[in-house]
Amino acid sequence: MTTATARRVAAGADTQKPRGRGRTVSARQNAIGWLFVGPFGLIFLTLLVLPIGYALYLSLFQKSLIGGTRFVGLGNYAKAFTDPSFLSGVSFVISFSLVLIPLQMAVSLAIALMLDILVSRFARFSRLMIFLPYAIPTVIGALMWGFLYSENFGPLADIFGAFGKPAPDFLSSSLIFYGLLNVVTWQWAGYYMVILYAALQGIDPTLYEAARIDGASQWQIIFRIKIPLVAPALVLILVFALIGTLQFFNEPKILQPLAAGAIPNDFTPNMYAYQQAFSLANSNYGSAISFALAAVVFVCVYIFMFATRKRGNILS
Amino acid sequence: MSATDIQRRRTPRTPGGVPMQIVLGLLVLYFLIPFWWVIVNSSKSTAELFGGGPALWFGSDIDYVGNFVALFTYGGGIYGRWLLNSALYAVVGGVGATALAVLAGYGFAKYRFRGRTASFAILLGAVMVPATALVIPTFMLFAQAGLTNTIWAVIIPSLLNPFGVYLMAVYSRDAVPDELLDAARVDGAGEFRAFFQVALPLVRPAMVTVLLLSVVACWNNYFLPLAMLSDNRLFPVTVGIGLWQSTASTYGAAGGQSLWSIIVLGCLVSVIPLIVAFLTLQRYWRGGLAIGSLK
Repeated sequence: MTTATARRVAAGADTQKPRGRGRTVSARQNAIGWLFVGPFGLIFLTLLVLPIGYALYLSLFQKSLIGGTRFVGLGNYAKAFTDPSFLSGVSFVISFSLVLIPLQMAVSLAIALMLDILVSRFARFSRLMIFLPYAIPTVIGALMWGFLYSENFGPLADIFGAFGKPAPDFLSSSLIFYGLLNVVTWQWAGYYMVILYAALQGIDPTLYEAARIDGASQWQIIFRIKIPLVAPALVLILVFALIGTLQFFNEPKILQPLAAGAIPNDFTPNMYAYQQAFSLANSNYGSAISFALAAVVFVCVYIFMFATRKRGNILS
Repeated sequence: MSATDIQRRRTPRTPGGVPMQIVLGLLVLYFLIPFWWVIVNSSKSTAELFGGGPALWFGSDIDYVGNFVALFTYGGGIYGRWLLNSALYAVVGGVGATALAVLAGYGFAKYRFRGRTASFAILLGAVMVPATALVIPTFMLFAQAGLTNTIWAVIIPSLLNPFGVYLMAVYSRDAVPDELLDAARVDGAGEFRAFFQVALPLVRPAMVTVLLLSVVACWNNYFLPLAMLSDNRLFPVTVGIGLWQSTASTYGAAGGQSLWSIIVLGCLVSVIPLIVAFLTLQRYWRGGLAIGSLK
């Protein structure tokens, strides 16, 4: 039975392979390939290509009370890039990413390295607990930290009061940057840690044995073997974090009512686009901001991916 | 080999094991503090929440039952409805997105159709288009079609998951040997039978991962339903709690205050389903989450 199947497999491989792998595409392969990809392709066209095209189209017009809707070309973009609200939002998300992403990567890498070295029941338990915030909606995560920061509900006043000091207010305009930094790090570090941990576990342990025989210390193994070998995972994390942070919306939006005055409506570009589109019914300008922001993110990330791509991906 | 043997062999390998355990313990504490706060404080009445008692310990009166009843009866039981809405959006959106991703990923991995390379490059580009950037344009489009403020306005956009397709393509390419598919064909199986009976069982780990990621993304979604829905009976729990919270903050001590105790318990209840899902499905997602990063 087994041998028969094996023979058939071998025979199949011999007769089918040249046809399947050849340069010319058989009509059958073509049709069936598209049948599999088609349903997603349809969703892709209607929910990604079409909205982007529509946003681009809308962004070229302007609606005013007198004269109705008129074509303004790139006018909305010119307006956005001279609009202090949009520019301050962009500069906030950029400076936020510059602090957040290295911090998140350092924290998640450090935890992953510790968990890779420690093998105990407690280490397994820790891995799960540190991952847990990923399962929490960002809205709820932000709200829970909002409670902890608040003077009414939170423990900060008690803790600092015990030392006779005033509690820091992470919901004030001077500290909200750090308040948000903490929320986002808490939410995502565990997820990134799991990705890095899996990458570390995938490294062949004989490499460590060899290094140890050569007299390498634990630190040398970490910096010369482990970190270089998980570099692709680090790149992936960096890209995810960058995309997420430039689009920052949920956390500041939720903390806005709690942090009276510290988070204005133009705090991040996405919040500003939301305000323009929904509160001010200026969908043309809102679309222009959305589109400009997505284009900036896309171009940055694509260049970054292209620069760090590895050979042997699925396209080659 | 006995446990002590393993222990003895391991000990010299982990110098500084004890300090590391302590650091790890402190980290766990940090990651769990918000959960602890919510668990403790959902037992308190609003008066106690504001009463200035210890923030990280129980008050004099532990009243989970009272808060629970208040949570599920407030506003005609709207909270229960929000939970069901969240579940509906997460299950239908998540399963739909996963089905599309499994089919498309397999198609990309196993068929050399015309336009494959170009389509895949476009797909990779789409992974980098942030989902939130699409919310406002999709809203405009749905408004034209009269679809806003319906459940479809939340479910249909959730079906788009380019990263899921990418994961499935990468995984299918390696997990499903061409030889096995060819053998199935020689045995007379059609292309779809080969997919369902040969390929599908082999890609199950990746499929469960994509499903979990899609369900989490739908359950946690906030921006999309916030933009699309205006009828609060259609809200998912994230948007609903956001609404309560902003009401309670706006009216402060005046009338919103009584909401705080149910907001706190509402937070706790809303996170339980996904935590349970993650804890029970551990063996599936643990390896799966790393699929995309190992390439």
